Amino acid sequence: MTVPETNPGPAAPGGAAPLPRRSSLPRRLLRNPMAVVCLAVLALVVLASVCAPLLTSASPTRSSLNDAFAPMGGSHPLGADSVGRDILARLLYGGRVSLLGGAIAVAVALLIGVPSGLLAGYYRGRLDAVASWVASLVMAAPAIMVLLVAIAAIGPNTNAAMAVLGVILAPGVFRLVRASVTSVREELYVDAARVSGLGDARIVRRHILPVVQAPTIIQSAQMFGVAVVIQAGIEFLGLGSAGQATWGAMLNDAFANLYTAPGLLVAPGLAIVVSVAALGLLANALRDALLESGYAVPGARARREKAPKARKAARASTDPAADTGADDGDALLTVRNLKVTYPSPGGESTVVDGVSLSVRRGEVVGLVGESGSGKSQTAFSVLGLLPPEARCEADRISFDGRDLRRLDRRSLNSLRGRRIAYVPQEPMSNLDPSFRIGTQLADPVRLHLGISAKEARERALALLERVGIAEPERVHDSYPHQISGGMAQRVLIAGAVSCDPDLLIADEPTTALDVTVQAEVLDLLRELQQERQMGLVLVTHNFGVVADICDRVLVMQTGRVVESAPVRRLFTDPQHPYTRMLLASTLEDAPPRTPLPDIPPTAAPVQEKV
Amino acid sequence: MVTFLVRRVLAGLVLLYVLATAAFAMMSLTGTDAARNVIGTMATQEQVTAKTRELGLDRPWLTQYGDWLSHAVRGDFGTSWFTGEPVTDTLLVKAPVSLSIVVAGLLLATVLSVALGVAAAVRRGSLDRLLQLTAIVGYAVPSFLMALLLSATVAVQLGWLPATGYVPFTTSASGWLQSITLPAISLSVGAIAATAQQIRGSVIDVLRQDFVRTLRSRGLSERRVLFRHVLRNAAPPALTVLSLQFIGLVGGAVVTEKVFGLPGVGSTAAEATVNGDTPLVMGVAVYLVFIVVVVNLLVDVAYGWLNPKVRVR
Amino acid sequence: MTAVSSTAPAPTSPPNLLEVDGLVVEYAAKGWRRPPFRALRGVSLDIRAGETVGLVGESGSGKTTLGRAVLGLAPVTEGEIRYAGRVISALGGRERRALSDEIQVVFQDPYTSLNPAMTVGDILSEPLLVSGTSRADADARVRSLLDDVRLPADAAHRLPREFSGGQRQRVAIARALCRDPRLIVCDEPVSALDLSTQSRVLDLFVEIQERTGVAYLFITHDLSVVRCVSHRVAVMYRGEIVESGGAATVTAQPQNPYTRRLMLAAPVPDPDRQRERREQRRSLATAQGG
Repeated sequence: MTVPETNPGPAAPGGAAPLPRRSSLPRRLLRNPMAVVCLAVLALVVLASVCAPLLTSASPTRSSLNDAFAPMGGSHPLGADSVGRDILARLLYGGRVSLLGGAIAVAVALLIGVPSGLLAGYYRGRLDAVASWVASLVMAAPAIMVLLVAIAAIGPNTNAAMAVLGVILAPGVFRLVRASVTSVREELYVDAARVSGLGDARIVRRHILPVVQAPTIIQSAQMFGVAVVIQAGIEFLGLGSAGQATWGAMLNDAFANLYTAPGLLVAPGLAIVVSVAALGLLANALRDALLESGYAVPGARARREKAPKARKAARASTDPAADTGADDGDALLTVRNLKVTYPSPGGESTVVDGVSLSVRRGEVVGLVGESGSGKSQTAFSVLGLLPPEARCEADRISFDGRDLRRLDRRSLNSLRGRRIAYVPQEPMSNLDPSFRIGTQLADPVRLHLGISAKEARERALALLERVGIAEPERVHDSYPHQISGGMAQRVLIAGAVSCDPDLLIADEPTTALDVTVQAEVLDLLRELQQERQMGLVLVTHNFGVVADICDRVLVMQTGRVVESAPVRRLFTDPQHPYTRMLLASTLEDAPPRTPLPDIPPTAAPVQEKV
Repeated sequence: MVTFLVRRVLAGLVLLYVLATAAFAMMSLTGTDAARNVIGTMATQEQVTAKTRELGLDRPWLTQYGDWLSHAVRGDFGTSWFTGEPVTDTLLVKAPVSLSIVVAGLLLATVLSVALGVAAAVRRGSLDRLLQLTAIVGYAVPSFLMALLLSATVAVQLGWLPATGYVPFTTSASGWLQSITLPAISLSVGAIAATAQQIRGSVIDVLRQDFVRTLRSRGLSERRVLFRHVLRNAAPPALTVLSLQFIGLVGGAVVTEKVFGLPGVGSTAAEATVNGDTPLVMGVAVYLVFIVVVVNLLVDVAYGWLNPKVRVR
Repeated sequence: MTAVSSTAPAPTSPPNLLEVDGLVVEYAAKGWRRPPFRALRGVSLDIRAGETVGLVGESGSGKTTLGRAVLGLAPVTEGEIRYAGRVISALGGRERRALSDEIQVVFQDPYTSLNPAMTVGDILSEPLLVSGTSRADADARVRSLLDDVRLPADAAHRLPREFSGGQRQRVAIARALCRDPRLIVCDEPVSALDLSTQSRVLDLFVEIQERTGVAYLFITHDLSVVRCVSHRVAVMYRGEIVESGGAATVTAQPQNPYTRRLMLAAPVPDPDRQRERREQRRSLATAQGG
């Protein structure tokens, strides 16, 4: 969540509105009922195991054949097993073995995995290469094989087997920690800390450990569950320490009497399932709590908040700047009173509020505004590309006389790509990395125009040549990762115009490009637009781009159109204070700063020094 | 692509060699008296010494290792200390049983986890909750407990499927299918849970990518976008999880085979471990690692096919 | 350290604060036996006390690498960086850390340059506490810093994500200022900001410089930004400085063909002048292309 800077005056102390205080991770965790239940269950298991002698006077290992298969009740609250041992006692004492075993495995895994992961991730180089190789080696070994070999070598000993299991689990910890450290290391704030004069030890302690901590705790809970399960398996096979009362041994006894007393499965089975499920659910709850906070979770790095920012209070819509463009009659695209809302914690937030616009054939309309103005959301609404949770209402969205809101998916798809096309902002992320450029160009063409693969290929090659790509054949057969950003944007433009659309909607088509490439791409867009008499809606924040290509401009602020004017009038005679403020903020005409007084005004070549 | 494959094959061989050596070292250097183990605690010291000589355990370690290795590369893992049968023959007899249930379990897991994961990612809602439930069940109910439960209910109580025993495919196809159904199901539950969750996550990630919006803007149908583009991009991470799950399945087979009384490699391994039958344990270990190496290689090939960044530079 | 007084810059020619001489930076290339990638190919530059030198270039020009080399974050293969006459391009960890009193940084991305788990107060006081300032002094300093960058005093207790991009960038500036450095490397500090926010943050940079006499190495891809904050400008292209001189000279009468191309490619917010510029650019392109 961000607070917009509302006070333009330099003396104004930024406009930070009071915001909910952050809460600590444990507190957030305790607000999750599932987490509370899991913690309670686990506490109960631990307590019952630790206090086993207090809860039952029976011995877990003393058998008495008189009591074999004794039912519940009396001196055996949960009954007795095939040789008359008390099930409750075995369950409670078995819990001790399970907890100890799990603790050993997790401790060993952490002791090996965390330090090695920290070192490998932070210092990288040869150390990292060797450690990663060893980790992948251990991970590829079937765990059960390693355990069997270890048990065959050292004899049946549950705790030793669990220590070996810890070694087997360590690479998982190592990889997690290493991945977290590597991703944090790339963050600029670690660079900033280094420039601030912090030593390695302090950087690791203050900036890296906190990020590693949480995922490691999650992983530990999961590993604990795995250890309990594997331990039970080993005991079930009769490979655990001899003569111990354990959950796995209880299952073995139940298995031996599966035909006569299947009920023996219940107690140990439930004990395992409930404690392991509690561990797993706790890990999930921890992860959820973590995602809520600003911590980085590897693999789920929070995306920059590019999500639509919104203004909550809806003002009465009296459209101060009705679209002064064409009459609806000869308009290609007409949008009347468009409103886009998203569900938000406090009800609904409106990101587009009463926007109207129209575009004629051959006309270039600019939608200008700062981030959060709703300009991209307006463009997506026309294309039917809003995310599913968005709600879009309008008095009218019509294209060439057809009401886009009434179309079913199929008819909409027959328009999209064929008559209305879209040019996105980020060139690289908008091509499917798994398909060749040629395929991505040919697919929609074949779909819309029903032409053969060969014709589609020729058309794709011609398009690539048309958008100024020097080696169309090579690019046609390339994958997206093999071409540059500027080239990718040309490919995307080629894709957009591939079926000769009537209307092109371009969302910041040059923002991600270098200035020199931007100029070329704008030239290309202009040529194509004029050559094919397309309508063009250009979303941008750059007034230079507006001046370069637009015929008419709509200025947007927090979801509303505040001004609409032909391009010349917008620059010579802006009406709305917001437009004036934006234009005043452009630096193109700001006076250059003069050299320091003592430096001669003529260019003193910087290279030549005294 | 060729150099990529050659590198992976070499890496697999290195893995096989390193693990086999480590296992051999562990088995022979931990100081337990193997010969006494074989002939029992009642034997006299002379008998033990004789047995030690007979098994060749009195030779220096490096000699024993070199001897084992030189035979092993020719596919000869020696003879079992207990049954006297050649280990290789034992493995050849038992391998089809284990492979049957592991491969069947893997197929089941793949089909169901793809279906469940994709459906949950696209539809969310109640399917999503079903997936969460499966995930927790798969995580918390170990495969051998699942095997016990299925055996107790479906086989013993209801009598729908056999509780124990294995019918070779060559004897009766339907009998074979019946004998591996319950083991395969109990093995696959954990793998389904883990893989379906991974698939759900990666499908959701891909659906959020910019190129999916652009594909939609080109008028491609939702079905085409999902099955041609989204699935293809979501597959590589799922494949990685599936290959890890396969290693888990191999491990699960050891216990599951015992529950269902299947004469497979797994139950043999458990027995050999209890007995301290070094040649047999080594043979099984090498065999299991070999299977894992082969599967990893297949996964690498599939990965290269799916991801052009690996294939083309 | 010798804090720069808040009076106007000295009238006589000040000595160079920073001198970069024939700097080469190479990165090991991915893949076996490939030649290393040469990000900088012999760059020389100097900055005087209290001066802003703008470094303009497109992506891949090496401008960010130059900034990182000055900060000790990029490996120096050849050449020298001197700060106040002393070679700093080959310093060990401890000596390099001591320089944090003198040279500071403001990064481009206000989202990743602040640790999301630390409060603004912690972010600002950390560099002070490392250098031995007492907790109380650090807190007082944080308050005055927040005031300097026009953030409310209660900002210290909040997390970075509670602020907008422009406000976060003010926090980053405050962090750079907290130990009174004499040089700040500003790596695209306003590129991620909205237009109106951008001009206010730029005003803040200039105002701080006029008050404290700090020098800036101001890295950006935006010619209009560089023109209005820089005393002198250097243009980078493919790891080399192709042109340098006074801001007005370089941006109004560029001599180098690349600089001219860059200048003419940036669109101006005026339809008629932009049309002119476009035509100039096209004729230049035909001339250069032919």
